[in-house]
Amino acid sequence: MYETHYHRASSVEDAAALFAKGSDAKFLAGGQTLLPVMKQRLAAPTDVVDLAKIPAMIGVEVSGDTVTIKAATTHYDVATNTALQKTLPALAHLAGMIGDPAVRYRGTIGGSLANNDPAADYPAAVLALNATVKTNKRSISAEDFFKGLFTTALEDGEIITAVSFPVPAKAGYAKFRHPASRFALTGVFVAKSKSGDVRVAATGASQNGVMRVPSIEQALKANWSASALDGIKVSADGLMSDIHGAADYRANLIKVMAQRAVTEAG
Amino acid sequence: MSTIKLTVNGRAVSADVEDRTLLVHLLRDHLNLTGTHVGCDTSQCGACVVHVDGRAVKSCTMLVGEANGANVTTIEGISKGEELHPMQAAFRDNHGLQCGYCTPGMIMSAIDIVNRHGGNLDEDTVRHELEGNICRCTGYHNIVKSVLDAAGRMKVSAAAE
Amino acid sequence: MGVEGIGASVVRKEDRRFITGKGRYVDDIKLQGMTHAHFVRSPHAHAKVKGIDSSAALKMPGVVAVLTGQQIVDDKVGNLICGWAIHSKDGTPMKMGAWPAMAPETVRFVGQAVAVVIAETKNQAKDAAEAVVVDYEELPAASDIRAAIAPGAPQLHPEAPGNVVYDWEIGDKNATNEAFSKAANVVTLELTNNRLVPNAMEPRAAIGDYNDAEEHFTLYTTSQNPHVARLVLSAFYNIAPEHKLRVIAPDVGGGFGSKIFIYPEEMVALWASKKVNRPVKWTGDRTEAFLTDAHGRDHLTKAELAFDKDNKILGLRVSTHANFGAYMSLFSSSVPTYLYATLLSGQYNIPAIYAEVMGVYTNTSPVDAYRGAGRPEASFVIERLMETSARQLKVDPAELRRKNFVTVFPHQTPVIMAYDIGDFNASLDAALKTIDYAGFPARQAKAKSEGKLRGIGFSCYIEACGIAPSKAVGSLGAGVGLWESAEVRVNPVGTIEILTGSHSHGQGHETTFSQLIAERLGVPISQVQIIHGDTDKVQFGMGTYGSRSLAVGGSAIIKAMEKVEAKAKKIAAHALEASEDDIVIENGEFKVTGTDKSIALPMVALAAYTAHNLPDGMEPGLKESAFYDPSNFTFPAGTYICELEVDPGTGKTSFVNFVAADDFGRLINPMIVEGQVHGGLTQGIGQALLEGAVYDSTGQLVTASFMDYAMPRADDVPSYKLQHTTTLCPGNPLGVKGCGEAGAIGASAAVINAITNAIGNNKLEMPATPDRVWHAIHGQA
Repeated sequence: MYETHYHRASSVEDAAALFAKGSDAKFLAGGQTLLPVMKQRLAAPTDVVDLAKIPAMIGVEVSGDTVTIKAATTHYDVATNTALQKTLPALAHLAGMIGDPAVRYRGTIGGSLANNDPAADYPAAVLALNATVKTNKRSISAEDFFKGLFTTALEDGEIITAVSFPVPAKAGYAKFRHPASRFALTGVFVAKSKSGDVRVAATGASQNGVMRVPSIEQALKANWSASALDGIKVSADGLMSDIHGAADYRANLIKVMAQRAVTEAG
Repeated sequence: MSTIKLTVNGRAVSADVEDRTLLVHLLRDHLNLTGTHVGCDTSQCGACVVHVDGRAVKSCTMLVGEANGANVTTIEGISKGEELHPMQAAFRDNHGLQCGYCTPGMIMSAIDIVNRHGGNLDEDTVRHELEGNICRCTGYHNIVKSVLDAAGRMKVSAAAE
Repeated sequence: MGVEGIGASVVRKEDRRFITGKGRYVDDIKLQGMTHAHFVRSPHAHAKVKGIDSSAALKMPGVVAVLTGQQIVDDKVGNLICGWAIHSKDGTPMKMGAWPAMAPETVRFVGQAVAVVIAETKNQAKDAAEAVVVDYEELPAASDIRAAIAPGAPQLHPEAPGNVVYDWEIGDKNATNEAFSKAANVVTLELTNNRLVPNAMEPRAAIGDYNDAEEHFTLYTTSQNPHVARLVLSAFYNIAPEHKLRVIAPDVGGGFGSKIFIYPEEMVALWASKKVNRPVKWTGDRTEAFLTDAHGRDHLTKAELAFDKDNKILGLRVSTHANFGAYMSLFSSSVPTYLYATLLSGQYNIPAIYAEVMGVYTNTSPVDAYRGAGRPEASFVIERLMETSARQLKVDPAELRRKNFVTVFPHQTPVIMAYDIGDFNASLDAALKTIDYAGFPARQAKAKSEGKLRGIGFSCYIEACGIAPSKAVGSLGAGVGLWESAEVRVNPVGTIEILTGSHSHGQGHETTFSQLIAERLGVPISQVQIIHGDTDKVQFGMGTYGSRSLAVGGSAIIKAMEKVEAKAKKIAAHALEASEDDIVIENGEFKVTGTDKSIALPMVALAAYTAHNLPDGMEPGLKESAFYDPSNFTFPAGTYICELEVDPGTGKTSFVNFVAADDFGRLINPMIVEGQVHGGLTQGIGQALLEGAVYDSTGQLVTASFMDYAMPRADDVPSYKLQHTTTLCPGNPLGVKGCGEAGAIGASAAVINAITNAIGNNKLEMPATPDRVWHAIHGQA
C-alpha cells in the first residue's frame, strides 16, 4: 500500500469537507474492498476519509412500507436486524451471505454499492426491489444508479447516506458462490411488489454488472412459481465467461438461481 | 504518521506509525504480538483474525486509524494466565491444528462463531461459518470437531461464571 | 508401554505454543539492524533484460542497496541446480537450462526476480522497487505443454532444443506391445493431471545474517530440510562454506513439498546480507507464493490397459508429457519419472508395463514435488483406468480390482518397485463395509427420485514412501543419499533430548518421536525434548518429505536408542552387580529380572556423567548417534470410496460419504495419523474439484490469488470415515510405512470416478468445477 492520510469523519458534512481537501481522496466505509485494492497498489488515494463511525449513517429503519438502511450499516447488522428479518427477510438473508463472517462485521451497504463490483450481492437487491439510493446531494433511482462495471452515477465526493427499499409482497435471493472468491458466480434476486410488478436482477453474470432479466420477469409476472421458468432459456449474450463459469453456464445459473429464489420467496 | 492509541489484550498501548499501517502490522511489528499471522493479500485466509470491540475481524483489512481507540484482543490475550481458553483447549484436545499457522485466526473466528450461535451449533453451521478461514493441513475435520467441542465447554464455563 | 507409548493418541506437545500465539516462524524473528528485501520481478513470461536503472530507487527514503542479477553472477554465486540426473532413451543426459538466482539476461516466467531492493522497512523496499526501471524486450512465450512442443514454438533454453528436458522410458516395450496384441479388450484414456499450487499457509520467508568478524552466515528459512539447504548453498551455490553457514528452520507453517527446495530468495537474502553487512529479511506475500513457489503435477497422459477374456490385466502402456516450467527445480526430474512411472502398477498384477515420459520446458513457474509427488499422478492414471475398464467391461469396479490384486508378497513389479507386504483385499473389504456398498443402488435410486445424481467411486492406491534406500536411489540418479540421522542425549538428570534430521512443519514429530522414547524407557513424554531444524544443533539430516520421517527418521532414533540402552544397561548392571543380560527396562527403571533390584534412569544417567564408578574402560556420558539407511521403500496402500451427489441444475458436487481404509503398518499416534489423512484427502479433493493453476496464452498466471485459485474450505469437504488395516512393514524396526501423502495420492481418482459414475459421462477433467460438471451432464463442450 502507498502511504496515505487517514481521516475519521464525524459527520456527513465533515466527510465531504475532508474529501474536498484531499487532492485524490477516497471514502472508506468498511474497507473490505478498498483496502485489498490499496494493498495491491491498484489504488493510491492521497487521503482516505472514514465514514464508518458517523452516527447518522448507521442503522436500519422500518416504517410502513419502506425499509431504510443507512449506508455505513454493516452486513452483519443488516443480517441480524430483527425488524428487517420480519419485514424484508430476503434482504437480511442476502446480507448474511456476503463474504464471510469477518467481512460482514466490517463491510457496509454503502461501500458495496459505491464500488459496484459486478459480482457483489447488494446491487441485485437494490435493482430488483427498485430501491432509491440517497446521497448527501440527491436521491438516485436504482435504474439510474448502476452504470456498468465498478461504475455508478455517483459524482466525485458524493456520499451515499442511505438506501430505501419499498417493502415487496414477496422477495427471495439465491446465490451460487464463486468457488474461489465466494462472491456471486451468479446471484439472482426476485421481487414481486405489492402492486404486482415483478422485477428480477442478476449479479455476477453480466459483463456490464448487475442486470435485469426481462424474460424471467415476464414469466413470473404471469405465474409466480419456480416451474414457470422451466421452459425459459436465458441468452448467454453479454454474459461473463471465465475459468469458473462459461457464459452459457452463467445463463443457466440465472434461471436456476431465479427458480430457487422464487421457491425461497414462497 | 499518526499516533494510534488502543487497548490490546487489556493493556493501553500507543504507537506512532504511518497511516498506511494495517492493524496486523501494528500488532506484529510494533507490539511484537506475532501470534497474529498474514497468509494472503486478498482478505480471504483469515490467519489474521483478531477481535476488535468484541467482533472477529481481519486485521489485514483494517487501517490502524480505523482501530484507533478500539479494544483489541489477539490470540495472546484469550487465556487466563496458565488456564487456556476453552477454544484453545478444544483445538489441542481434538488435534485441530497441525502446522499452527492458521490456528490463531481460526481460534479467534471460532470463538466469535460460538459467541454468536451459543449452543445452537451443528456441523454444517460450523463449516459454513468457517468460510473465511483457510487451513491447508487439517482438512478441517478436526477443526470442526474442536469448535463443536468448545461450544459445549464455553456453555459450561459461561454457566459457571 | 505406558499410556504415552506406541499406539496412544496423546495430545501434541507442540500445540501449546501454537494455540497461544507463541509459535516462532521466520517472519516473527527480528534481528538487530535488520533490513528488508523486496524483489523486482518480471511482468513478462519471456523477455530479454536489456538494462536495469536503479538510480531513482537508490535515492528513495530508507534504501540501502539495489542489487541485480548481473552482480550475483559477478560474485560467482552458482546457478540453481536439479539434483537428480535422468537420462533420455538415447542415453543423453537431461538438458538443464541455466537458472541464476536473479536473471541477468533473460526472464522465462512471470515473477522471476531480476533485482532486489534492500531498505530499512518493508514498505520502503516496496516503494523503491517500483522505481527500479527495467528495460525488457518481450519474447514470444510458450505457456503450456502443447504450445511448447508445437513446431516453431518459442525456445526457452539453448541447452534444450525443442524445449525437451528429457525423453525417458521405463519397462519392457516389446513385451508390453505383445501383451496388447493378445488382448481381448483394450481400454484407453486421455487424462490431464491439473497443475496445482501448494499454498502452505505460511508464505516462504528468509533472513540472511552475515557476521563479518567471524565470516559466518546464518540463514533463517522456511525449510523442510535445513541441512540439505546448507549443503546445496555451500557446495553448489558458493555462498558460504558449510562450516561457516548455519541454517535454522524454526516453526514452519506447512510445506507439502514446496519448502524442500532452495529458492532464489533464500540465496539472495544470504548473499545480500554480506553485501550490505546487515541482516536481510524477505517475507513473501501470497501473490509471490503463487508466482514463485514450485508448482505441482501438470501432466498430459495417454494410457491404455490390456485385458484378457477373463478380465485379467495383460499390460499397461502409458505416455506422459510433464511440464517442468521454465527451469529444473531441485528434485523436479525425479517426480515424473522414478516417483511416478514406478508406481503405475498400482495394487495389481500387471505382467508388462511400458511408460515413456517427456519433460517439457514452458514459460511458467518451475514444477517440482508437491504432496505425493508423482504418485498421485500414477494413482490417478491407473485408478481412472480401472474404473473406466469396469464400465466398459460391464463388471463391478470393486470385483475387477479384486480379481487383479497382488496377493503374494514380496511382489516384483515390471517397473522397479518390489512391494514388501500388504493386504489389498483387507482394505477394500473394510472400505466396502464402511460405506455399505451393498446398499448403494437403493440410495442412488432414492436420490434420483429427489432430482439428484448420486455416484460412487473407488480408488485403490499404493505408493512408495519412506524415501529412500541411498544405494538404490543413487543408482537411479539421485545426487544425495536419503538416510536419516538421530542423536539421543540422556542428560545427567535423566531427561532426554532427541536430535533429529527430520523437520516437523505440522506433522507432530515432537509428540510422535517422544512416544518412541516413552515406549522404550517407560518415561513420560514430558521428559523428552525433540530438537530439530538447526544445523548447529543437529549433526546432519535429509529432512522431511516423501512420508519418510517416521520410517527413516524414527528408525534412526531407534537405532541410536539401542546404543544408549546397551550402554545404560552396562552401567546399571555394574551398579546393581548383575549381568547386563539380566537387565530389563520398565517404567523408567533398570531392573534385574526376577529380583526386586533396580536403579532409576536418572541414577544411571548421573553415574554416566559423574563417571565415579563406571565399568572398566567405559567412556563417560550417555549420548549416542546413528545414521539409518532404509533397505527398501515402504508401501502404504488402501482403498478410498467416495459417495456423492451432483445437482444437475448447477453441476455442484456434494459429498455424502467419504471412506478411507489405509494400511500404514504400525501406528504410533493414531490421532496424528488420522489428521494427516484428513489433510491429504482434502488436498486430493481440492485437486479433483477446486484447484487448478491456469496460465493464459501469454504466460500470465490467471489464478494468482485466492480470489481465483479455489482453495478447499471447510464447507467444501465432508467429515471423513477412516479405517485402518495393518500389515507391519518388514523393512524397518518400527514396522511403519508413512501416512503423510496417502490421502493426496488416493483421493482425486475416487472423486472423479464417483462424479463420472453419477453423471454417466466418463469425460471429465480436473478440477471438476460445477461449470465443467454441468457441461458434462448437458453434453456441451
